Amino acid sequence: MTAAAERHRGRKPGAHIAVTGVSHRFRRNATYALTDVDFEIQPCEAVALVGRSGCGKSTLLHIMSGLTTPTKGEIRLDGALVKGPSPECVVMFQQPHLFPWMTVAQSVGLGLKFAGRPKKEIEARVRELLALVELDGYEKRNVQELSGGQQQRVALARSLAVHPEVLFLDEPFSALDLVTRRALQQDVRRIATEIGITLVIVTHDIPEAVTMADRAIVMAPNPGRIFDIVPIDLDDADRAERRPAAQAAQERLQKSFEGASGRSVELAAARQAGGETLRLAAAGQR
Amino acid sequence: MSAEAIDGAALARFESETRARKVGDASRGAGFALIGLAVLLAVWWFGGKIIADNPATANFAGFAPAPTFEKLWEMLKSGFAWRMTWPSLMRIGAGLAWAIAIGVPLGIVIGRFRAAREASSVPFQFLRMISPLAWMPIAVLAFPSWDRAIIFLIGVAAVWPILFSTAHGFRRIDPAWFKVGRNLGARPWHMLFTIIMPAIAQDALAGIRLAVGVAWIVLVPAEFLGVTSGLGYSINDARDALEYDRLAATVVIIGVIGFSLDWICERAIRRASWAREE
Repeated sequence: MTAAAERHRGRKPGAHIAVTGVSHRFRRNATYALTDVDFEIQPCEAVALVGRSGCGKSTLLHIMSGLTTPTKGEIRLDGALVKGPSPECVVMFQQPHLFPWMTVAQSVGLGLKFAGRPKKEIEARVRELLALVELDGYEKRNVQELSGGQQQRVALARSLAVHPEVLFLDEPFSALDLVTRRALQQDVRRIATEIGITLVIVTHDIPEAVTMADRAIVMAPNPGRIFDIVPIDLDDADRAERRPAAQAAQERLQKSFEGASGRSVELAAARQAGGETLRLAAAGQR
Repeated sequence: MSAEAIDGAALARFESETRARKVGDASRGAGFALIGLAVLLAVWWFGGKIIADNPATANFAGFAPAPTFEKLWEMLKSGFAWRMTWPSLMRIGAGLAWAIAIGVPLGIVIGRFRAAREASSVPFQFLRMISPLAWMPIAVLAFPSWDRAIIFLIGVAAVWPILFSTAHGFRRIDPAWFKVGRNLGARPWHMLFTIIMPAIAQDALAGIRLAVGVAWIVLVPAEFLGVTSGLGYSINDARDALEYDRLAATVVIIGVIGFSLDWICERAIRRASWAREE
């Protein structure tokens, strides 16, 4: 167990999230992007919101994180109403959105600086987090000198530095190459388990959902709604090594995904693409 | 992470090569700059010679390089050069300070709020196109001292480039940065000082650089009126006293200071710039 994980022990585990009657309509848009969405997420659970583009999964994530206020309904975090964004539930986006004039250390320590923490504490915490995301010794580097994968790791460290209870991921790795993406997917799941936070992942990538989530909420478009909930009950070795259990979970999720999108994707092709991803990733791990 | 590991030796080699190329570029650039300066001096010297050789214009021989630099040296030694430059620098400084204090916040507001941008566009473009010197009679009426009137004129000249550059810089901010900031718990002042200011620093400074150029040009004619100090006054005074070598030496001082101010701005922009050249 890493130092960061040690530090997190004894704190209360990741938050429980309750989504109740959430509907959302964008201004000037007649149709609802989301209708009557209800579900719960248990503390420390990892949940994937899966669906084609336009099914409202990203909108739902923005609402859950407090960045968007829903037209109707409410979000409760451990029973407390979510009224706006807060460092308790941090969001990672598709792009790292680092501030290009900052060093790695400044980026990671940003949330703590906003919270007015003393310099010494920030420094120690930054070192801890960089160790966690395997970027030890990068403190002084400008963020623009890093590769895409490293930048996402910095964004991850920045998000985790503020001791969040929930980490929201909005297709966070889709701009990265296969090998880097697979490595980050596994790392994020491992870290979330280690430090004990709730994980919510928005993705349209079935293998990603299977790698990262305990449960997938499949969403359908027009209007955006929950179509199905698919448990992904695997242990981490099964996920990492893509054992038959993982393959089976992937097929189940794929079927549900197709049902939701109302279009027939050729399962064989998808499976092949998934297998390709895995082989490449396995090569990268070695 | 092995895929992202970098070969240290190769990196070091690449860096040293880059450095060598940069040094080479710099010395070549300096060489060309010296040639350009030599050409300018030659033209000046040649013009001075024509004037001195013609009996009709021989009175103006003081404009030539030799008497000019002789006089300049004398002015520097006696401290006269400094005494007439200092008031000008103070006026420029005060005028720019006002222009920045008004231009940067207003630029942020215009960059931030579409309504403010659209409402102010026509009036600001209209005001911008009025020569600052056209305000001179009004400035003289409005301000109790000549000094303040001049500072006002410099401020009027300098505020527009600062305002427009700042607004432009603000509009280039990635909206996601605000989302990230809010999410990490940034208060409004954090947004301003940790996110907005560094993000627009480069553009604001580029505006300030333009403003310094305009202000320095406006300064000399503005100092033609009323005041009895400063470079503009000194030019007028030298003309009245028929001291053409002093007049030319003052012109040299104006050029050197203008050049230095611009150079300082350029360095500041380079320091504030966060966009890496790839």
